[in-house]
Amino acid sequence: MDRTNLLGRPLTAFWAIARARFLSLLQYRTAAAAGAFTQIVFGLIRIMIFEAFYRSSVGDQPLTLEQTITYIWLGQALFALQPYTIDADLRNGIMTGGVVFDLVKPLNLHSFWLARSVSNRLAPCLLRILPVLIFASFYGLKPPGGWYEGCAFGLALFGALAVSSALSTLISTTLIWTIAGDGVSRLFVAMSYLFSGLIIPLALFPDWAQSLLAILPFRAMADTPFNAYLGRIPPNELGMALAHQWGWAIGLALFGRWITGRAVRRIVTQGG
Amino acid sequence: MRLKALSLWGRYAMISLRAQMQYRASFWALLIASVVLHSAEFFGIWALFDRFGQIRGWSLAEIGVCYGLCGIAFALAEGLGRGFDAFANMTRYGHFDRLLLRPLSTEFQVAAQEVQLMRLGRLVQASVVLLVSLSWLNVDWSPSIVLLLIWCLVGGFCAFYGLLIVQATICFWTIESLEAMNAITYGGVETAQFPLTIYRDGFRRFFTFVVPVAGMNYLPVTYLVGKGGGWEVWCAPLLGAAFLIVALRFWRFGASKYASTGS
Repeated sequence: MDRTNLLGRPLTAFWAIARARFLSLLQYRTAAAAGAFTQIVFGLIRIMIFEAFYRSSVGDQPLTLEQTITYIWLGQALFALQPYTIDADLRNGIMTGGVVFDLVKPLNLHSFWLARSVSNRLAPCLLRILPVLIFASFYGLKPPGGWYEGCAFGLALFGALAVSSALSTLISTTLIWTIAGDGVSRLFVAMSYLFSGLIIPLALFPDWAQSLLAILPFRAMADTPFNAYLGRIPPNELGMALAHQWGWAIGLALFGRWITGRAVRRIVTQGG
Repeated sequence: MRLKALSLWGRYAMISLRAQMQYRASFWALLIASVVLHSAEFFGIWALFDRFGQIRGWSLAEIGVCYGLCGIAFALAEGLGRGFDAFANMTRYGHFDRLLLRPLSTEFQVAAQEVQLMRLGRLVQASVVLLVSLSWLNVDWSPSIVLLLIWCLVGGFCAFYGLLIVQATICFWTIESLEAMNAITYGGVETAQFPLTIYRDGFRRFFTFVVPVAGMNYLPVTYLVGKGGGWEVWCAPLLGAAFLIVALRFWRFGASKYASTGS
């Protein structure tokens, strides 16, 4: 096949794959309802725990209880945006050797997986976000402070989606090396769970950890958009926050592409 | 008969363990990953104590005892109850029919299905948290306290195991697994990691009397740290046992209504 003809069209292919995957994922509505229910229950439990902590101390905290509650609800609503799910088709493809069919496609393997990954975050997230937010608005979720906060939140969400998709694709790629185990991927999940702000808001971490947390990519997926929502990112710092997101997104995507290329060269598929 | 069942269970378990040890590297990777995952979770709790000092008068070490007991009980229930946890596959593909043909109770066969070695990760992490917390607390050790701790674990194990059975039983009607049950199972684990006094009333009652996962460690821990204690301390884990008996009844009822799937 003449690949040069396709050079101008990888982006079209990317969107076509993302769209097809997105539409097929929108079918899973019962799973989405169950997911939203689970997120709501966990949101309530975690809010009660934080309320108890806040009422046990009189000192000033970096976040007020009200801000923390909003932060938690945003985390519950956008839980599906996080890179916690491994593409099941991809895993099966690697386990059964079906991945060779992906290799035949006239598109870079990493781009193909990345396109799927974008939809794997976006579709489940869109299905769950409304029920959780509607419920949460009765239980302490506050709207953004103004137009600036709303727009900054929206912008930061794009960055969050980009980092999360690039990271989850990279995690999936590690499956090529460790066929049966997903130990490595789970380690990534554990780190991103803790360092993105999903367990506790990053501002509440000890002060000595803050500079490290600021550099790591994980905050870009949750803490950055949530802080934008809460108005904790002033206009003169917004550019820096977005640059942090896109810097990591592009870096992770390029690294993923490089590592996939290397993996493909030594891939041995089994079966005939 | 009982003895025979026990030795049979042992054989099932050995087969399952041997199968899992075929992928040795993968086993170790998963084990380490799960220790790290749960340690990260506990680091989050530690960070909150670092900032707030205490929660409603409870210290980190006291929470650690609650967390440890809950983690051990849940890891044991998940590890030994994997058959119930993954039961949806049996109804979906009609595999349950095969179990009905064998001269053993269905609950025994499902329970013996698999012993999940991977849960060792959580078991190890929770045990470490429990032991370190206990050593910080200057507990006045006595045989009755050791007995109470074991009694708590039995109660918690029964409650979590019962939950897995209820979750599996629902599959007789829904065929697919009912994802919403996860909210109660994992929500229960999350809840039981903290003493019940920090929650709102309705919520506290639900996880004490309806799904008794939170009562089993809270009351005994109050006794352990000298914040309370009477006869109810010893009764709380009984609720877990009662829940397991009800869950088993529910299972038999569900199995009797089973109408197979597939062709």
